[in-house]
Amino acid sequence: MLTLSHFLVLAAVLFGISVIGLFLNRKNLIILLMAIELMLLAVNTNFIAFSHFLQDLNGQVFVFFILAVAAAESAIGLAILVVLFRNLSTIHVDDLDRMKG
Amino acid sequence: MEFKLILFYVLSAILVGSSLAVITARNPVVAAMFLVLSFFTAGAIWLIAQAEFLAIVLILVYVGAVMVLFLFVVMMLDINFDRLRQGFWSYLPLGSLIGILMILEMTIVLGGQYFQVFDTPLPPELADSSNTKDLGLLLYTEYTYPDQIAASILLVAIIAAVVLTYRGRKDSKKQDISDQVAVKAADRLRIVKMDAVKPQPAVTETSATEAGNGAAQ
Repeated sequence: MLTLSHFLVLAAVLFGISVIGLFLNRKNLIILLMAIELMLLAVNTNFIAFSHFLQDLNGQVFVFFILAVAAAESAIGLAILVVLFRNLSTIHVDDLDRMKG
Repeated sequence: MEFKLILFYVLSAILVGSSLAVITARNPVVAAMFLVLSFFTAGAIWLIAQAEFLAIVLILVYVGAVMVLFLFVVMMLDINFDRLRQGFWSYLPLGSLIGILMILEMTIVLGGQYFQVFDTPLPPELADSSNTKDLGLLLYTEYTYPDQIAASILLVAIIAAVVLTYRGRKDSKKQDISDQVAVKAADRLRIVKMDAVKPQPAVTETSATEAGNGAAQ
């Protein structure tokens, strides 16, 4: 029988995989953005699982908002990436030291 | 084991496998394609959880818009990917340690008895109604203002993306008002010193015959 914890464990595994992805690809901005998308997917899966098993539609409305914000985030992130590449001809994270961070 | 559970396990295996492929793929285009597969599979899992509208929205918005944007950017930029993979495996021990610890902790908590909530059948008034309609009713009554805020966030994102990547055409003939106001006489007017009287050019043989030909014509 399918239970709530099936969904929650799946989302936790997905989240953990994307955290590992952030560590592995810390030089590559594009894969970093993809790993963030995977994290948001895991969070959304949690929301939908709770919404289904508690029979409360409010969770699905929140997924709607998270989708909107995630779409905005990736659009701006990719725009910044394009501008960065145009100015520096690289997206290597080590080369982005203009602000001496 | 019931069919729904088997389906869930199969889809979860595909989802986990494709997301592992996303983070380890050598080529970002391959990673993007595996991310598309992850989104499709997640959409199917959301369908199991009876979130029909959001499953379709996930595929339309993410696969249709966001991933196409990713692919465009990856293919447009000419990036040396080998350099980006330097030190890839050296971060694996630390990264996998932290990731697996996180997964283990969350599995212990979430796999416990308190989350063994079973799938109770929906009450008839909820089971018969459309998921899209219910979501819309909620979104446009209780969540009207958050909906407006989400809309303005999207608008800001559109404007920001355009402003960031916009490069004006070099040959455009638009006015630059500040340039026009700051103009000085020296930019527009050149004063040339000349003698008051031009010296007469000496009349030579050839120029005289040319003048004669011109008159004949």
